[in-house]
Amino acid sequence: MSTSLPTKSVSVKQGAIDWETLSFRVLIALGAAIAMLFLTLPTIVVLVASFSSGETLKFPPPGFSLRWYASLINFPEIHEAAWNSFLLASLTTLVCVTLGVAVSLPLTRSRSRWIQAVDALVMSPLVLPGLAVGLALLLFFNLIGWQLSLTTLMISHVVICAPYVVRTTAASLSQIGGSLSEASTSLGANPFYTFWHVTFPLAQRGIIAGAFITFLTSFDNLTVSLFLSDARTAVLPIRMWSMIENNLDVRTAAISGVLIIITAILMILMERFAGLSQFVMKK
Amino acid sequence: MSSTAGLKSRIPSLFALREWQLTLPLALFLGLFYLAPLLLMAVVSVSQQGVSGISFASYVQFLSDPTNLKILFDTIWMGTQVTLLCLLIGYPLAYVYSRANAGWQKVLTFLILLPLLTSAVVRTFAWIVILGREGIVNSALLGLGLAENPIRLLFTHQGVVIALAQVQLPMMVLPLVSAMTRVDLNLEYASASLGAGAWQTFRKIALPLSLPGITAGCLLTYALSVSSFVTPSIIGGSSILYMPTFIYQQAMVLVNWPLAAAVSIILLITVLTIVIAFNSLDRVSRRYQ
Repeated sequence: MSTSLPTKSVSVKQGAIDWETLSFRVLIALGAAIAMLFLTLPTIVVLVASFSSGETLKFPPPGFSLRWYASLINFPEIHEAAWNSFLLASLTTLVCVTLGVAVSLPLTRSRSRWIQAVDALVMSPLVLPGLAVGLALLLFFNLIGWQLSLTTLMISHVVICAPYVVRTTAASLSQIGGSLSEASTSLGANPFYTFWHVTFPLAQRGIIAGAFITFLTSFDNLTVSLFLSDARTAVLPIRMWSMIENNLDVRTAAISGVLIIITAILMILMERFAGLSQFVMKK
Repeated sequence: MSSTAGLKSRIPSLFALREWQLTLPLALFLGLFYLAPLLLMAVVSVSQQGVSGISFASYVQFLSDPTNLKILFDTIWMGTQVTLLCLLIGYPLAYVYSRANAGWQKVLTFLILLPLLTSAVVRTFAWIVILGREGIVNSALLGLGLAENPIRLLFTHQGVVIALAQVQLPMMVLPLVSAMTRVDLNLEYASASLGAGAWQTFRKIALPLSLPGITAGCLLTYALSVSSFVTPSIIGGSSILYMPTFIYQQAMVLVNWPLAAAVSIILLITVLTIVIAFNSLDRVSRRYQ
């Protein structure tokens, strides 16, 4: 793919200024530039603000220091919340990968009504309000008498995260096609052998990309967790949310800074090992 | 392994059974922890504390109060504005992406995915730093002498729309990119070499062919905007209420579960209506291809 626009050659031939081409290209370039600035500005602003030496959140900051990052070391509530979030996201990812990969296998091969219904069911939490799902689960656990715990929190996260693993795994399975696993089974390998030695290694990149998105989505989720966590299972997004609501602590900027840096590093690693963008940018 | 050769004819049917069974664990899980709770919520929404039988009191209570109707209207209006804003600036970005070389695509991918993968709380927090009294916008306006006093951007409807548009922009751009990269650019070269101008080529070729991306992007952006909680609750503060914030208050602060459930059902119906509308639009737009 080249950067040249289709009308370039025409405008050169005409000699005079081609206002139509110019206006089109200027408008597109302007829109894209605004979008890029809009997307990146908040990240940059938070990163800069987190290195502030001032007492309050001011932009631009009066000077630079690492004092707010240092202050996170003695902040046990945040350590606990971060640990809870990490544990929760890891468990959610494990369950989502196990259940999701199983579903994506028949999804790419079968066109039966049952499979299509399951597909619609798995995907629907992507567009339904997370808050409604959270409230519904709270009412449900209350009815059946389950105490809120990390388990109930994990169950709610699996519901909303399952679509990601299913989508990315199905995407990489459909790229492979079914002929290799068919060859394996027709040569006498049983389905489990075929899965472990043929299908799984080939679909690995999709599974890893899905697991990564699931982990981040679960780690970041607030709306569902809001209904299903109590003081013991307070997760990081909820702690940060109440910190922001109550007073504008510069420590929030430092936590945000840590999260942005970790996310960026993980993203680069994922791009290297799983080709993450391949699963997100193109269907 | 000659013994398995005789089984060969049985393998396809055996496999069909296995394949079908593989979907069972997640299907059962979602039936129990997703469908059943949603059904229960529908039941709770038509119940009344201390009274047996079906009662639509909660729905009537919500829909007959003008203040509550304004919350519903504000939410739908906010979702529409965010979606239009995202389309307006997301479309050029996706257009540039689909025509950029591999190197630029890498850079753009990182720019689009990093905010998407960063926590929504962090992104919302960034907008407080930008829109606040001592924020970047106000510092700039005061510094340039364009304003004498800091202007109020936080706790306004416009503030919520701007911040939410940034949070949801990747959800608009991704489907657009996926639709546009599939379009054969030769169609545009053909149009240009036959004498069509840039705008005409865009209107007759690029725009119709990107319609599936537009409908998918608008659907996602709209559904996620009207149901988002973090950004509207923080940027809107307590002065402007939207449906999700209202549900949260009713359920967790006032512990009025029937009303919270009824409002959740109304929000669900609002989202489902738009999903169905966009899906039928999508079916129409695919006839172009």
